[in-house]
Amino acid sequence: MSLSEQQVKEIAYLARLSVDDGEVEQTTAELNNILDLMADLAKIDTQGVSPMSHPLNMSQRLREDEVSEIDQSQEFQAIAPQTGKNHFLVPTVIE
Amino acid sequence: MHKLTVAELSKGLKNKEFSSVELTEHFLNRIKASDLNAFITVTDDLALVQAQAADAKIANGNAGILTGIPYAHKDIFCTKGVKTSAGSKILDPFISPYDATVSHKLNSADMIMLGKANMDELAMGSSNEKSFYGPVKNPWNKNKVPGGSSGGSAAAVAGRLSPFATGTDTGGSIRQPASLCGITGIKPTYGRVSRYGMIAYASSLDQGGPLTQTAQDAALVMNVMAGFDEKDSTSIDRAVPDYTQNLGNSIEGLKIGLPKEFFSEGLDSGVAEVVMAAVKEFEAMGASVQEISLPNSAHAIPTYYIIAPCECSSNLSRLDGVRYGYRCENPKDLEDLYLRSRSEGFGAEVKRRIMIGTYALSAGYYDAYYLKAQKVRHLISEDFKKAFQSVDVIMGPVSPTTAFDLGAFKDSVSMYLADIYTLSLNLAGLPGMSIPAGFSNNMPVGLQLIGNYWSEEMLLNAAHQFQGETDWHSRLPEGV
Amino acid sequence: MQRINSKVRPIGIHDCQKGCSMVWETVIGLEIHSQLKTKSKIFSGASTAFGATPNSQACAVDLGLPGVLPVLNKEVVKMAVTFGLAIDAKINKRSIFARKNYFYPDLPKGYQISQFELPIVGEGEIEISTGDGKVKKVGITRAHLEEDAGKSIHDLYDDYTAVDLNRAGTPLLEIVSDPDMSSAKEAVAYAKKIHALVQYIGICDGNMQEGSFRCDANVSIRKQGAEKLGTRAELKNINSFKFLEKAINLEVERQQDILEEGGSVVQETRLYDAVKNETRSMRSKEEANDYRYFPDPDLLPVDIDDELLEQIRSNLPELPTEKKQRFINDLGLSDYDAEVLTSQKAVADYFEAMLDVGADSKLSANWVMGELSAVLKKNQTDIENCPVSAQAFAELVMRIADDTISGKIAKDVFKAMWQGEGSADEIINSKGLKQMTDSGAIEGIIEKIIANNSAQVEQYKGGNTKLLGFFVGQVMKATQGKANPKQVNQLLNEKLS
Ligand SMILES: [Mg+2]
Ligand SMILES: [Zn+2]
Repeated sequence: MSLSEQQVKEIAYLARLSVDDGEVEQTTAELNNILDLMADLAKIDTQGVSPMSHPLNMSQRLREDEVSEIDQSQEFQAIAPQTGKNHFLVPTVIE
Repeated sequence: MHKLTVAELSKGLKNKEFSSVELTEHFLNRIKASDLNAFITVTDDLALVQAQAADAKIANGNAGILTGIPYAHKDIFCTKGVKTSAGSKILDPFISPYDATVSHKLNSADMIMLGKANMDELAMGSSNEKSFYGPVKNPWNKNKVPGGSSGGSAAAVAGRLSPFATGTDTGGSIRQPASLCGITGIKPTYGRVSRYGMIAYASSLDQGGPLTQTAQDAALVMNVMAGFDEKDSTSIDRAVPDYTQNLGNSIEGLKIGLPKEFFSEGLDSGVAEVVMAAVKEFEAMGASVQEISLPNSAHAIPTYYIIAPCECSSNLSRLDGVRYGYRCENPKDLEDLYLRSRSEGFGAEVKRRIMIGTYALSAGYYDAYYLKAQKVRHLISEDFKKAFQSVDVIMGPVSPTTAFDLGAFKDSVSMYLADIYTLSLNLAGLPGMSIPAGFSNNMPVGLQLIGNYWSEEMLLNAAHQFQGETDWHSRLPEGV
Repeated sequence: MQRINSKVRPIGIHDCQKGCSMVWETVIGLEIHSQLKTKSKIFSGASTAFGATPNSQACAVDLGLPGVLPVLNKEVVKMAVTFGLAIDAKINKRSIFARKNYFYPDLPKGYQISQFELPIVGEGEIEISTGDGKVKKVGITRAHLEEDAGKSIHDLYDDYTAVDLNRAGTPLLEIVSDPDMSSAKEAVAYAKKIHALVQYIGICDGNMQEGSFRCDANVSIRKQGAEKLGTRAELKNINSFKFLEKAINLEVERQQDILEEGGSVVQETRLYDAVKNETRSMRSKEEANDYRYFPDPDLLPVDIDDELLEQIRSNLPELPTEKKQRFINDLGLSDYDAEVLTSQKAVADYFEAMLDVGADSKLSANWVMGELSAVLKKNQTDIENCPVSAQAFAELVMRIADDTISGKIAKDVFKAMWQGEGSADEIINSKGLKQMTDSGAIEGIIEKIIANNSAQVEQYKGGNTKLLGFFVGQVMKATQGKANPKQVNQLLNEKLS
């Protein structure tokens, strides 16, 4: 499996990264170089092997339904790039 | 003073040989005079305030064993009121409004934070060359890398700019820099140290731990860092032993396994010699050695370099320029805000891994990459399970070579390949250590010790016993 | 348990202008997002209360600060299981949280924590009445837990969208139906049924204005008898049952027009605009959606042990169907009355509160379904906001039962109660509305009326018995409605015979 430049552009957009036309060739080559490393995976026999998404075989711990947090919006708003009326602001989104 | 271990400093403080303020000032001066670039932020004022408070406690006689001991904190741990950048431009403006659990624990032990240690951007790298704040230099040879991603932490301890440093290890990021800088580092069992407030690279692999001069120091610090945290769902509710308790035990009868896959082609012969000599030393101390096999360990590289990028591609989506961190100038619309903030904020290696992960999770490729990698991960983990039926500890090299020259690796893949011996235990969630074992071409070589789940005590004991018989851990780089 | 997929029925012959007589059938599936009534959020300890100062209830975890981690709320799990048991669904003893990745300003982490491959509630079903007195089973594909997003406010600034993350992390149960509904009416019946159920079992307040209960409809049409489903459109932003019906009907028409003109329906998300009464394409959200679901590595599999399951099962409240049956069996109500009274939890609660203070069940049923619901409707309000409490209303009904007032007077008393003039007894006393039961006094009045209306008396005696009503009216007029109508009838019959 090898990525095309078009695919790289699509992947970059999904990840909200921009790849300029000037960079796309090199980026594609780099990514394909990395993906070559993965080619071996396909050859490994994993029939009947269950996927392991977590190192330890444990269950999710559940917390009691209690309100433990206080209003810290002043501190949180203070580190935001742009705020107004206690909101986070972004350029207008058209729905 | 800077040559003393944490244990020695603790005694000195207790016996009033020096005060915490004196100690702190001494290290702060050494940091200022250093050209290693081991720190992103030096928190002098805060450190001195903490040191004064520590001295007051010592004077009052209610000091703990680590009260007043300075440390360098990897810049991946959130520290309230202090910049927490994780080595990335995208978090350069981020003054954390909260403390990581580990930060909180170290504060509560009255330890003195000297500053935030340099690191590869967002913990992605094995050389510390990927930091937005520039590369860190290896104290043993300033033309060489200190390893990564906890490169600043390792250089700080090796250069005696700090008696101890925190690190995190996702695929070797504590052990490899410890090895390359000639110090001691332990990556605990997954779930042993809270990940809350530790900026996530790959959530199912990340684990925090200490970098120190000695195993004894590592045990002292582990007593503070380890423990259950209700804020972390992946933290384990299991009692923390006193890791210093069994350091003196004899290791007679310890069964050591040497995986043949770790000693095959690609391993530098000088490194191999040092590692084998160290194993001999263990044998001389009464341990037995046998060859074992971890047949799937060769698959660790593709497996890790799928899983970690998949998780990071999602973990790093929150760095979007909306609520904190870097935002591009004058975004013309929302798309522009996302695209430019992230493209300008992330470095090239981070972008590559995000893109690999995005691709491996996308429709049509998920099964072939992500799912397949999770299955192979299972096989890798089973290898260890089998191995630990016949041995107590697995030993081998940490890195195939000693520290390489700054700028030596031009492409990502050749750097990835150097992680071959460290990745597999993160995939399995096992604990591992690197301890100084000798030198090759005048550069330090680390020995890796891998234990079964929750075997930190055994690892620290074995390492401490070795350090009682050898002095590799107390060798110093020239001029230190 | 195997679920029987109900047959999709035709909506009938469509009479379009072009005179074609093609028969289409509609296929509808609903996705309902039900906000769970917990104190704290699904993965953090921040409050879920509605209407707080913007961002005051968005903690570090809700904001997705670097390094924060989710920890699951136990109550959320219990509520989901409660729902599963209520619809007799398969409960997955192990379920998995996954990440749904996409960028949006009100989605702080760049992913929503949801459930994908292994939801907590598996297949179940629910019965709806289709209006013609028949019941139909609607399959429920699954119900899964997820976190809500924040709110984007577009009208606060000219050049900015403002983001309030108070809602981010509020627990949601997303209930996904099978495509079993074949008309807008059925879809509404199903939605109402779920709406009632989640309130009955106490997991959701059902407030649609505040967005606690939101419906998305997947609508497609196909030629009658066709096997394959048509291309569907997903209708979003529907916040009332009325709009749900309108939006579906509009969409069916739109799709019919497209297909009959030889076009094809595009799979897309469409926004319902209640003001313009139209649906329109949400193209901005349509581009390249690849959510890259994968198990959330910050969370572990949720295992529900038998003990917890039994605990939830034994605490399961009375379900609407059980309540209805009890009303029929124990209270002697008709099937119809029992259905109406149990279709909304608030109505059933009100009715039962009346019985608690001693009101007669049948009379209470009549008055709740009759006068009370008429007045509520006239005032465009609902029973939760009724100014007359169930206890106060019960007192009024009890005064009818004990003959203190007539039903007719009771309506006037109720009006006064609605205006806040006091309790039933206070109003009856202050206005002197107590029924006349002194038969001597009524007899006197009747005699006077007979004497004054001899012509009518003649006619009545001549066989025009309809005139009885005239005499009753005269008596009631003379007594200002306070005479007991039964007594008046009886006495008139005696005097006129
Ligand atoms: Mg959903
Ligand atoms: Zn037609």
